[in-house]
Amino acid sequence: MLFVEDSSEIIKVENLTKFFGDFAAVKEVSFEVERGEIFGILGPNGAGKTTLIKMLSTLLKPTSGKALVAGYDVVKEPQNVRKSIGIVFQEPTLDVELTARENLDFHGRIYGMDGKKRRERISEVLELVGLSDKADILVKKFSGGMQRRLEIARGFMHFPKVLFLDEPTLGLDVQTRRNIWEYIEKLRRDEDVTIILTTHYIEEAENLCDRVAIIDLGRIIALDTVERLREGIGKDSIEVVVENGSVFENLLKSQNLKVVKTADGLMISASDGEKLIPRLFSLAQKHRIEIHSVSLKKSSLEDVFVLLTGRKIREESAAMHPMMRIKRMRK
Amino acid sequence: MVEAYGVYILWLRDLKRYVRARSRIIGSLGMPLFFLAFLGMGFRRAQIPSLPGDISYIDFLAPGVVSMVVLFTSTFSGVSIVWDRQFGFLREIMVSPISRTTIALGRTLGGATTAIIQGFLMLAVSYIIGFRPDPIGMVYSFVFMVLIAISFTGLGVAISTLMEDIHGFQLVINFFVFPIFFLSGALFPVKEFPEFIRFFTYFNPLTYGVDGMRWSLIHYSEFNPFIDFLAIGIFSIFVIIISTILFDRTEVG
Ligand SMILES: Nc1ncnc2c1ncn2[C@@H]1O[C@H](COP(=O)(O)OP(=O)(O)O)[C@@H](O)[C@H]1O
Ligand SMILES: [Mg+2]
Repeated sequence: MLFVEDSSEIIKVENLTKFFGDFAAVKEVSFEVERGEIFGILGPNGAGKTTLIKMLSTLLKPTSGKALVAGYDVVKEPQNVRKSIGIVFQEPTLDVELTARENLDFHGRIYGMDGKKRRERISEVLELVGLSDKADILVKKFSGGMQRRLEIARGFMHFPKVLFLDEPTLGLDVQTRRNIWEYIEKLRRDEDVTIILTTHYIEEAENLCDRVAIIDLGRIIALDTVERLREGIGKDSIEVVVENGSVFENLLKSQNLKVVKTADGLMISASDGEKLIPRLFSLAQKHRIEIHSVSLKKSSLEDVFVLLTGRKIREESAAMHPMMRIKRMRK
Repeated sequence: MVEAYGVYILWLRDLKRYVRARSRIIGSLGMPLFFLAFLGMGFRRAQIPSLPGDISYIDFLAPGVVSMVVLFTSTFSGVSIVWDRQFGFLREIMVSPISRTTIALGRTLGGATTAIIQGFLMLAVSYIIGFRPDPIGMVYSFVFMVLIAISFTGLGVAISTLMEDIHGFQLVINFFVFPIFFLSGALFPVKEFPEFIRFFTYFNPLTYGVDGMRWSLIHYSEFNPFIDFLAIGIFSIFVIIISTILFDRTEVG
């Protein structure tokens, strides 16, 4: 085995690739995740996050490349990988005709937990996600947020070494989302588990994750701690809307500034934005370019993404969401 | 690899869901009940040439209708894996450590069990209508019900692996389950069919299941009951093998 049990990487991915026909959903992705980390995979819709998670959880076979999860090869030892992981999918996977407790009981049984331990653990995880008083209610009566919490509870109840969360707060309202973040942090504090989380919400990656891989069109385009990713582009981010975008862009580039054209205007990253703004105005004046608006903010992972791709990680409306569609069909 | 305990867990889930769906249990007995009651009344005085005169039509029909219940319930249960796939629950099972073969077997046995229970409920209902089967024969009929149930739940599981989504369901019912039912001798002896159609009935596994049921319950059969047993028995084993192989190959993506 390439991988020693007590080394600190719990996941090792090398050149992992997945083709659907001749379309590459994931392209030569490589990274490592350390034991005990919360590792984020941030990217827009269709970036390949779910496909990546499905390969790591043995549901999809990679076209090429290699991945070790908890020391086991996902292609050669899928059964062992499955024993070591827990997963919360992007779409709901609960049996809504059963109660919360029955869903957890079923889960505990298929993971071979015996009677007493299983019952104790069920109360414990229900407590942790705040569903103790709803244990014996049919899941179809649960709200979206409660179902999500139950799925998370189920995902880690069998003491997995690695827990995958694929867009854990997708389509939930802000309050519920914050709730779930709290549960995830509590989980990291209380349990010995490594968490891999995908998301297209910037805030989620920034608030929860130790390290973040930014993924676009199936490739990892940046990977580091949240702090260092932000510092890498400069702590401030300025957005300007001007009359003649491309001319101004070239002008700024000739001044060695980090500029990228976005759908709305130009985005400039800098380490001291306040001082840069007067410079922008004088430059514009000198070349007779009219500035319509300027805004300055602390740079975020969104800006990292924009700077690298020229696009935003858009948050689409909740009504369009696949999860919502499925929930509507259930009724 | 099969884990007996895994099979049991999946079986238990099917049973829990079955017991909970009371309106469905009763609803699904409606159509067969009307078949039995109205066909029974309508053909009460009709003389079917290949049927001995001392066998009343309702006695002939009842085992057929019980088989019908088992056929429909078991095929539905097998195909209902498609629902689990659609609503995501199948993924919960597919990423767990239990093997694919275990999953397929668990679903088949769970679905078959509910079909057998439905079959006995139908038998009870037909008793109320006036059907008087041989009490000892009910033990034999149990064996045939088990074989019919396993065959068609397994077939349902196999079909479900080929279906994209639940929209194909109606197609399966109309062009698969109904022909099997009508070509089985459940409503009238297969001898009544014109030669070329009768030929097909001999390749229909349900023909032997129905015949075995009838032999068990009213001591009348068109074939030797041992042949019935062999035919439907071998078919059920064949189906289990095919369905587990097909299921093993599915990706849940
Ligand atoms: N089974 C599939 N067949 C064909 N294309 C797929 C399949 N699954 C995903 N894709 C495509 O792969 C890309 C990545 O999808 P996905 O991994 O779901 O992205 P994300 O989870 O980041 O939104 C998308 O363009 C999607 O349409
Ligand atoms: Mg996704």
